Amino acid sequence: MTDLLAARSQMAISLGFHILFAVAGMAMPLFMVVAEWRHLRTGDAVYRELAQRWAKGTAILFAVGAVSGTVLSFELGLLWPRFMEHAGPLVGLPFSLEGFAFFLEAIFLGVYLYGWDRVAPRVHLLSGVAVAISGVVSGVFVTAVNSWMNTPTGFRLEDGEIVDVNVWAAFFSPAFPTQATHMVLAAYTSVAFIVLGIHAWGLRQEPGSRFHQRAFGIVFLAALVGTPLQVVSGDFAAKHLASHQPTKLAAAEALFETQAGAPLILGGWPDVGTREIHFAIEVPQLLSVLATGDPAGTVLGLEEFPEELWPPVPIVHVAFQVMVACGVVMLLFVLWGATLWWRRRRAASWVDRRFLGAAMLVAPLGLIALEAGWVVTEVGRQPWIVRGFMKTADAVTPMPGLIVPMTAFTLLYLVLGVVVVAMLKAHVFQVSPEGEPARAEAAAEERP
Amino acid sequence: MTAVEAAWITMGVGLIAYVLTGGADLGGGIWDLLASGPRREQQRVALARALAPIWEANHVWLIFVIVVLFTVFPRAFSAIGIALHVPLSLALVGIVLRGSAFVFRAYGLGGERERVTWGRTFAWASAATPLFLGMSLAALGTGDIDWRDGVVWSGFWAGWTTPFAVAVGAFGAVLFALLAAVYMTLETAGELREDFRERALACEAVAALVAALATWRAAVDAPVFFERWAGSASIGALQVVTALCAGTAILALVRRRFGVARVAVAAQVVCVLVGWGLAMAGHVILPGLTLRDAGARPEVLRAFFPALGAGALLLTPALVYLYRVFKAR
Repeated sequence: MTDLLAARSQMAISLGFHILFAVAGMAMPLFMVVAEWRHLRTGDAVYRELAQRWAKGTAILFAVGAVSGTVLSFELGLLWPRFMEHAGPLVGLPFSLEGFAFFLEAIFLGVYLYGWDRVAPRVHLLSGVAVAISGVVSGVFVTAVNSWMNTPTGFRLEDGEIVDVNVWAAFFSPAFPTQATHMVLAAYTSVAFIVLGIHAWGLRQEPGSRFHQRAFGIVFLAALVGTPLQVVSGDFAAKHLASHQPTKLAAAEALFETQAGAPLILGGWPDVGTREIHFAIEVPQLLSVLATGDPAGTVLGLEEFPEELWPPVPIVHVAFQVMVACGVVMLLFVLWGATLWWRRRRAASWVDRRFLGAAMLVAPLGLIALEAGWVVTEVGRQPWIVRGFMKTADAVTPMPGLIVPMTAFTLLYLVLGVVVVAMLKAHVFQVSPEGEPARAEAAAEERP
Repeated sequence: MTAVEAAWITMGVGLIAYVLTGGADLGGGIWDLLASGPRREQQRVALARALAPIWEANHVWLIFVIVVLFTVFPRAFSAIGIALHVPLSLALVGIVLRGSAFVFRAYGLGGERERVTWGRTFAWASAATPLFLGMSLAALGTGDIDWRDGVVWSGFWAGWTTPFAVAVGAFGAVLFALLAAVYMTLETAGELREDFRERALACEAVAALVAALATWRAAVDAPVFFERWAGSASIGALQVVTALCAGTAILALVRRRFGVARVAVAAQVVCVLVGWGLAMAGHVILPGLTLRDAGARPEVLRAFFPALGAGALLLTPALVYLYRVFKAR
């Protein structure tokens, strides 16, 4: 393994690990706050219990997110010193603002987690709101940095030197609006789906559990609102790619030739050598519609660009397909749920066993789409670290033996990942509050 | 004062805030490791209770320092990232393990054995992290890191592997433990408080010893730094103040004036850090990389300070509130 590949792998693993905890830190506080707000409004103690249990899971996820995020801020310099030397001032503003947002998130999460009996109920709820807002805001700021790497603006190059730096122009780079929207919605929907799956399991174990019903209701609403919006924001993202990052779109779609009325390619395996795609289904003109809004619109193919500037086409294509496929299944699922709810809105419970089973099956799709989408945007930018200005290979540290830290952090994250999953599982498989007396009775009966 | 110096001072303030808060949290982990006597478990419980609501917020100061470093001094960030890759990676492993193990211990539903394992991990990581952070900071002053024309020529082991850097790392750990022990006297009562009082006093003695050791090694391993540090009148005056603070802290601890002791040890630690900053005399890396070469851009500084002001406006009341809720004594 070359040092460059080791550095890229370490960064990919660090980001791929951190993003899971980061989205939990963005979305879970919203769900907690809604539950607590329902408790304050209705006086229903089940909602309070729900907020407290979600808060416990969030505490674990947030801590691992905070420390893995620290690792990333250092790794920018440890692995990509040349990149930061030039880009540091340009991405420093969003990073600084993110620092403050993250600070507020950590402060109010401390108040939220440990202040149940120390602050007034309304103040406690407001602390949760502060966590939810600052979590999303810090996610948006970090995405601003990545957007700038995709569509760098706010400076000029003069003899290889960066001049005329405008940090606000760098902040609001062309990719920023679509990418930030797509990221925030991804956070809410992916976390909503995984939590939905957990409480679907709970409802199948204890049908009629008010605890799980309420939890399911809150996160299903989030999924129902978030998923269609995410599909729409994906469409905006595709149009942005077509106009600003054509190589990424061409690689994602495995479109080798520039075409008017380009077809949408579903599935398949792109062969870069022969510039063909095998085993794919083509939907005529649909890509042109999605990318340009016109069935006869022209979409640039990879042939327009020198081959050494192509990203690894198969990876980007497959990741893109996975993301879109997950999104479609998630959309169908929430639409199915919405119909069920409408038809049985007067019944005691609108969910049935089949739907709950499906909810458990689709639970991981959001997180899979999240990781796949991240692969599309990061691998799709290669060979550039700053598109059009700096190659990833030129940014890497001269440090030799990078396979050592790469292996160390991979093992560390592997262990942490296993532990976190085991811990959350233990929390989840605790029975619901109503289930507890039943379990105690069962245990008493078993005793001789 | 130029904008570049103001940015450097901002970073220094961030570093001081990290040491006084996040550093003390790491020191708390060291006391978990060294918990002993009949009240061993009570010590651990009290430490965990003190840390739980605030450690994550305190930790953000470190991220703050890093972000200011790469925003304002990107060339310095790049040089440090290359020259100190190894100790900083080791510090990161410590940071990850410390934070994760702490929540795993707090929220795990497993049995006692599992709790003990995470407690151990938390404690050892808390002890190792300040060591590597201190070694990295000290390395910048050794004169061993050869940075010229934007390139690090001295490889990946220079500076931080000297006995001086190791002594500074140990000194950092002792100071963090000192802060933690003194803070804990205000969060405990009775015999438990006496435990932490004794530990704080012992720490002052050890700190004096390690400081002497570090000074001797500075003369050997970091002559340029030592010359500035020992030769300047203002730093000399500062050292007198440091000693006075330490003396006040000891006296206050002996007479059980814990509020006074807290202020005195904090002032003592601030003096040590300011002395280090003054001895670096406008350099990020001695002798090659000055603040002026560190890549600051006026247009970035113009946006940086308003952003900093706006952030501080939100942050300050929030931090005050956090400490009022959990540390009002």
